[in-house]
Amino acid sequence: MTLLHIHFLLQLSDLFNAMPSGIAQGIIWGIMALGIYITFRILNIADLTVDGSFTTGGAVTVMLILADVNPWIAILVAMVAGLLTGLTTGLLHTKLGIPAILAGILTQFALFSINLAIMGFSANKAIAVNQYTLGLSSRDILSSIRVGLILAIIIIAILYWYFGTQHGSAIRATGNNPEMSKAQGINIDTMKIIGLGLSNALVALSGGLMAQYQGFADVNMGRGAIVIGLAAVIIGEVLCETLLKKKQNFAIRLSFVVTGGIIYYLVVVIVLWLKLNSNLLRLFTAIIVTIFLAIPHLRNKSQNSFKKAGKLSAKQHVTEV
Amino acid sequence: MGKMLELINLHKEFNRGTINQKTALDHINLTINDGDFITVIGGNGAGKSTMLNAIAGVWPVDEGSIFIDGYDVTGLPDFKRAKWIGRVFQDPMTGTAADMQIQENLALASKRGKHRTLSWNVTKQEKEFYKEQLKSLNLGLEDRMSQKVGLLSGGQRQALTLLMASLVKPKLLLLDEHTAALDPQTAKNVLQLTKQIVKTNNLTALMVTHNMKDAIETGNRLIMMFNGKIIFEVEGEDKKKLTVEDLMHKFSQAAGEEFVDDESLLSR
Repeated sequence: MTLLHIHFLLQLSDLFNAMPSGIAQGIIWGIMALGIYITFRILNIADLTVDGSFTTGGAVTVMLILADVNPWIAILVAMVAGLLTGLTTGLLHTKLGIPAILAGILTQFALFSINLAIMGFSANKAIAVNQYTLGLSSRDILSSIRVGLILAIIIIAILYWYFGTQHGSAIRATGNNPEMSKAQGINIDTMKIIGLGLSNALVALSGGLMAQYQGFADVNMGRGAIVIGLAAVIIGEVLCETLLKKKQNFAIRLSFVVTGGIIYYLVVVIVLWLKLNSNLLRLFTAIIVTIFLAIPHLRNKSQNSFKKAGKLSAKQHVTEV
Repeated sequence: MGKMLELINLHKEFNRGTINQKTALDHINLTINDGDFITVIGGNGAGKSTMLNAIAGVWPVDEGSIFIDGYDVTGLPDFKRAKWIGRVFQDPMTGTAADMQIQENLALASKRGKHRTLSWNVTKQEKEFYKEQLKSLNLGLEDRMSQKVGLLSGGQRQALTLLMASLVKPKLLLLDEHTAALDPQTAKNVLQLTKQIVKTNNLTALMVTHNMKDAIETGNRLIMMFNGKIIFEVEGEDKKKLTVEDLMHKFSQAAGEEFVDDESLLSR
């Protein structure tokens, strides 16, 4: 074996060593993607609050743990904080008539200051991992994966139940056809507010998990969360369709969303391993999400375009003459 | 026979204070009795759909009152009035949720005006009930209950919307040109189904149509609108004797010069 071979094998083992941590972080982002699924796919709203509420979840969790609160209670409080951020966006959108996407941006913008205030106006708060008990931590990756998976399963089960109830179905109807929903006596404003609240509670939960896992909260930790979440949702959906062909039930689709988060993070690990400049990661992510969002439109266009019609027409003329 | 719907001095203007200001409803008065099936005709912009939207509560009126079964609903938005009102729209896509199953749509409709709880949306018991109801449509939908509504044709969706509007018996059924977007044969079938549903459930209904023949042959009362006003009303035996020519004549009398423009908009 040449030195080059040994070097390569060593590098390969680096990759495998990095995988478990990638999976753990992927599950955490996958839980956030479940929240984004509620707004993006069920309510048909692109909610940009999440970039802020993810950080809110992390900040609240870290500050409470530093105040010797049980880490799981800290996460529950973080979820309530996330719920409030979603309700705020919902109220801006429905009661003040601000377009949903702008309402989310406004809340997110305001949350930057609020998140700093939560962390006592410092941009970064660390937990001394040895001094506090944590729900999960990068020091014990396998147990973190276990905790993350159990949480993901519980959340999927709750979402599956809720969106099958009369109340949850009203939210689905609101996203699918607001006119019909109103005619059926559904208060669509209330449904949107509840959906946005639920979504951001899950996003904040994810932020709280991430802060514990990495041992700190940072005011910028949620930046780009919406795009990563969308990437997870889309990767999960494409994977679900290709692997299982026909339309699957709601719980399976949600499981694939979490899987999408894991795959996204494994790609990140590979990019880092390849020593590609990780500063370019966001560019790659944006390109991937763009491609997947564009596919349905382009597919439709390839079957149904003026260009195609024009070519077909030109061809017929030639044969006729 | 009680009064099911009362419109008192109903007035609505669109784009108030701008150059496009238009009086859509001009102090309308109308009383509908329990069991009435009224057809509404008139040219484009006459105020037919506007009147239905005012009753449904799509937007608030400028003046006047709306009573449903003696209850003043003028201050309530559409989703609160849905408790008493079933609606079918012109666009077959509007009345149903395309990405949800047929049975899920029916389940949503079966809770119209009721409190939505955290119990399961589609129960086994209800499925049997929906199956029976779907059978009465004669479209074979009872075997496709777990399919998405988006897979249905326009006529099928309109039939389903009709069923959904009557699943919880409404005090008032509003049909806003609900056959206009369908091909002639399908339109005929849906109208037939409408008559059947209104009759078997003993509903009170208002149906807007562009088709004078349908307007004459359907229901027990007919009203004609022009420029936001009700210009002609007929019911009972008099309505049965009515011909399309009579209606055209009435219309030209009321509308005068402007009639020429509007004639082409009404089909016989």
